Amino acid sequence: MSDLNKSSLSEIINLIKSKKISSLEVTNHFINNIKKSKKLNSFITTCFDQSIKNAKEFDSKKNFSGLLPGIPLGIKDLFCTKNIKTTAGSKILENFIPTYESTVTQNLWSEGAILLGKLNCDEFAMGSSNETSYFGNTINPIGKDLVPGGSSGGSASALAANLTPATVGTDTGGSIRQPASFTGTVGLKPTYGLCSRWGIVAFASSLDQAGPMTKNVQDCALLLEAMSGYDQKDSTSINKKKESYSKNLNKNIKGLKIGIPKEYRIENMPNEIDDLWKKGIDILKKSGVKIVDVSLPHTKYALPTYYIVAPAEASSNLARYDGVKYGYRSKKGNNLIEMYENTRGEGFGDEVKRRVLIGTYVLSSGYYDAYYLKAQKVRKLIKNDFDHCFKNVDAILTPSTPSSAFKIAEKTNDPISMYLNDIFTVPVNLAGIPAISIPAGQDKKGYPLGLQLISNTLDEQKILNIAFAMEKNISFKQSLDRWWE
Amino acid sequence: MSINKNQVKKVAKLSRISLEDSKLDSLSKDLDSILNFVEELNKVDTKEIEPLSSIVDKKLEPRTDKINDGKIKKEILKNSPNKNEDFFIVPKVVE
Repeated sequence: MSDLNKSSLSEIINLIKSKKISSLEVTNHFINNIKKSKKLNSFITTCFDQSIKNAKEFDSKKNFSGLLPGIPLGIKDLFCTKNIKTTAGSKILENFIPTYESTVTQNLWSEGAILLGKLNCDEFAMGSSNETSYFGNTINPIGKDLVPGGSSGGSASALAANLTPATVGTDTGGSIRQPASFTGTVGLKPTYGLCSRWGIVAFASSLDQAGPMTKNVQDCALLLEAMSGYDQKDSTSINKKKESYSKNLNKNIKGLKIGIPKEYRIENMPNEIDDLWKKGIDILKKSGVKIVDVSLPHTKYALPTYYIVAPAEASSNLARYDGVKYGYRSKKGNNLIEMYENTRGEGFGDEVKRRVLIGTYVLSSGYYDAYYLKAQKVRKLIKNDFDHCFKNVDAILTPSTPSSAFKIAEKTNDPISMYLNDIFTVPVNLAGIPAISIPAGQDKKGYPLGLQLISNTLDEQKILNIAFAMEKNISFKQSLDRWWE
Repeated sequence: MSINKNQVKKVAKLSRISLEDSKLDSLSKDLDSILNFVEELNKVDTKEIEPLSSIVDKKLEPRTDKINDGKIKKEILKNSPNKNEDFFIVPKVVE
């Protein structure tokens, strides 16, 4: 039997399709890996009995079609899964069992995939290190004391540790791309509206978007194909024909123009990040790409804009957690209002409270224009910067993160230093455009570093192609000694 | 602009979140530093700029008002921390 720990999603699909291996064998392999991975704490819930039952059922079928035949997958615990506990990493949803399935996960199951379990994440996806989860820190398989990034930290950790052959995350300000960068994996945030938000626990509705996390670009294209598509149940879903991203992958990128934005060369950026960026530029030049300098003048206002828009939307979205219809309810309080206050006071963690309070403040009477309206105007300017840029270039290349993975508790005392992690990823969410992070090298400590490719609305194929071409030339290698087993 | 402890208490009340007094100091400090951080936006000239509230530029599509699921009262009530056969139960609100 081939070593499934070295196989990509696409390779496993081919093994199953050619009947060299059964879905049950693949499923059991990943279940065994998960059982030995307690130290990583990447799963909140597992449903192995159901996974095995589904795998057997798959194997008993004579014919199968679908992009993900009998493939077991771990899923971020922000996607509602019918009859399987969905917590969003929060105490307030500790016992919540959805009566419905999110559209994205339903798309995966319709393509033949099987659920292994639900992956740890920052509480309500608010965090960049997975340290805000009520269910404890997730560890980065790269190092015992390292965070995996966040908020899709459990997803990234599980993928890098071969606990799932691929996974899906969500990205509101960098929550797919930053953990992908921290763990040496590939992560893509699609155009806003490409993947349905229906059934995903809402954080900031104008920014949230689901996307694939995989070991390579081929897998990423395939998984994006499987999970995306128009959905009537999401009013912001884009109604367009489904693309065959994986079939159309083309590493011939000769003649494309790629922009290098000077505003991303931030103060105090580590040399290693700068060197990685140069390495990426060289690889692109060798592939026949024309490199041009571009300017995105409002880049430095992206984070402050984000930290008004995202908390404002979060404070509204999280109003539903009142301890009445589902979730945790406090036993304290003499009346309805006190019950609400205590439920939310006890049920939310510190970071969620900070963001709900900031959101309520910036939306409150007398402050709305100064904060929220102002932020929406600056958001327009940020979008205009990108629109202007894409008149001249096909894509933009930047580093994914300003540093490699940091240590647990290194940034928890200072919210702003934690927020700065997302400096290169946030502008893309504000503009609603797609971006991919691919592993591009290691720093002196041997920790992985990622490069980010950004393109115009619905140009996913373009950045996938560029990433595909770069991947061949980067030949990133990561071998982990499975210390957690 | 900066935020003081009384304002934090007021916002907490509006947000329906009880705060422990022992945490009020550090929370006020955090919120103040976040608000200072976002003050940066005041440097941007946004005269005659339309606010961007949604990325997807399309009209909401109407659909027929038809029930396409339902009859799952029992399953939905199961998630409630306090219920009887037909209702969610909350602390008394009318005398």
